Amino acid sequence: MENPSRRIELVCPAGSLPALRAAVDNGADCVYMGLRDDTNARNFSGLNFGLEDTAAAVSYAHARGAKVLLAINTYPQASGGERWLQALDAAASLKVDAVILADPGLMQHAKREHPGLRLHLSVQSSATNYEAINFYHEHFGIRRAVLPRVLSLAQVEHVIRNTPVEIEVFGFGGLCVMVEGRCMLSSFATGESPNTRGACSPGRAVRWHETPNGMESRLSGILVNRYAGNEKAAYPTLCKGRYEVAGETYYAIEEPASLNTLELLPDLARAGLAAIKIEGRQRSIAYVAQVTRVWREAIDRCSRDPAAFAISPAWAAELRKLSEGQQQTLGAFYRPWK
Amino acid sequence: MKLALEPIPYYWPRETVLAFYRAVALSAVDVVYLGETVCSRRHELRLPDWLDLAHGLAAAGKEVVLSTQALIESESDLKTLRRIAGNGRFQVEANDMGAVRLLEGKGPFVAGPHLNVYNPQTLAFLRALGARRWVAPVEMPRSALAGMMQARPEGVETEVFVYGRLPLALSARCFTARRFNLQKDDCQFRCLDHPEGLPVRTLEGQPFLVLNGIQTQSARICNLARELPEMARLGVDIARISPQSGHIAEIAALVKRVLLDPGEVVTVAAQLDGLAAEGTCNGYWHGAAGIEQVLAHQH
Repeated sequence: MENPSRRIELVCPAGSLPALRAAVDNGADCVYMGLRDDTNARNFSGLNFGLEDTAAAVSYAHARGAKVLLAINTYPQASGGERWLQALDAAASLKVDAVILADPGLMQHAKREHPGLRLHLSVQSSATNYEAINFYHEHFGIRRAVLPRVLSLAQVEHVIRNTPVEIEVFGFGGLCVMVEGRCMLSSFATGESPNTRGACSPGRAVRWHETPNGMESRLSGILVNRYAGNEKAAYPTLCKGRYEVAGETYYAIEEPASLNTLELLPDLARAGLAAIKIEGRQRSIAYVAQVTRVWREAIDRCSRDPAAFAISPAWAAELRKLSEGQQQTLGAFYRPWK
Repeated sequence: MKLALEPIPYYWPRETVLAFYRAVALSAVDVVYLGETVCSRRHELRLPDWLDLAHGLAAAGKEVVLSTQALIESESDLKTLRRIAGNGRFQVEANDMGAVRLLEGKGPFVAGPHLNVYNPQTLAFLRALGARRWVAPVEMPRSALAGMMQARPEGVETEVFVYGRLPLALSARCFTARRFNLQKDDCQFRCLDHPEGLPVRTLEGQPFLVLNGIQTQSARICNLARELPEMARLGVDIARISPQSGHIAEIAALVKRVLLDPGEVVTVAAQLDGLAAEGTCNGYWHGAAGIEQVLAHQH
């Protein structure tokens, strides 16, 4: 019998040209990237693409049958909006396959000035329901929406059934616990947020101190965690800190852990999911290569025979090694997590 | 400038809510936003109850706006949203683009603080759909707001958050349930026990955040009373304050005093500081980290 579910596209991250090559070489269908400024939500120093690199990325990917998606997914600020328009111009002239946008004003501009450009709705738009997604579809013709990491599997299916827009979800990598686009914890502590500056818990604000009580991590002076001798320290993202609430000290929001939805692959395929996204533009080339290879094999095996799909021990081991604190979670896909 | 009161972010018993709005009816507040915006499991009041309150407050001379939930996850969330959007009597504050879809072209609405309006193009787009007012994101600094005010389209009012715990983030996860080792689906409505949320302190005791169900707020009170005269000069139309369990009529009266007489600002701002047990902050307005308290003379 023919497989009723369509083949899910694998969308992989690249923070540099070598990372993009690693993603393409290991089987990514699409690679997403950003320019070297605050027009994208991974605005980290030493990361991302200049215009020349972008052209090279597009030609490398296209020559091998892969697509390039350009994330222009921060919110243009009241002053300095030209950078976002220039990024759109670059996307159109360099023939990227789609742009990933969050701001309605920018989508309107893209639709008017670059009618041939394919638009994806960024996770930073916080569109968690089909009314919102269909709104962006009707006004701007978006073709795909990336869902925030807040819905259960049944809720994702419900969205898919009620929209003509392709749906993409995060499958692996760093886990935003908060609704993307609606989290200001980073700017509260540091002055820079994903919405305004494309940064969350920026590296310039991070300090590590060895103290008699253990290793302390701080963000703009705020104590985010303190580690006993044998504990593995994690990057001080505010939502993964250890705090005191009503007399108890614990990870009040979330433990340092990575999202991993590999086991849901057959369910997601059956639901009609269009694409799975791997988080990690800020991660190493080796990370991109390894995660891409595992997910390529898994998606191929799942699309050949979803009923017989099982996670190979080798995949599981490899993904565990690449996870934050070697911990994994299904996040909101698993209802009790909420 | 008018004075607005945003929806109660916390979960209070029905009688507490009704008593709160009896006080609001007699207070200096001009605009009252009503409804549950945080969690769909909170049912001490249902839509007919909110509508009753709305009629009462309108009769007391308040402008009433019904607010919608910011995080919409389920079909039942959408059903509630459709009922609010189609209420036929009161204007609606949209806190999600799904709500905008239900409101566009059907008369004026308010573009709420969760819509992420960061630039004049997006504001003009929403204006064309019927937005007659927008609420600035709490992290927007004075410099950016000035740019918005210069370029804002005709016929749209600007509202700015000036007093209360900052709404910083929303999640699918309930952090109050998590604290008590409960799942959200069986949360036992623990939010009712914490009328101003659960304080979060760092490991060295610094008041940092407040957990309010799926919402995270600042521990410090954002107090922009000193900045009100400047907001008036920029043309801001409405100052927004946030409900808390005590002192709401007093806070409203103090903010209103500055709005009516900017000469009172020094005295009044200090009195408002005095009502903030965990300290105050104003950093966002001054382009700094939101948690900071920037001294006026530094700018």
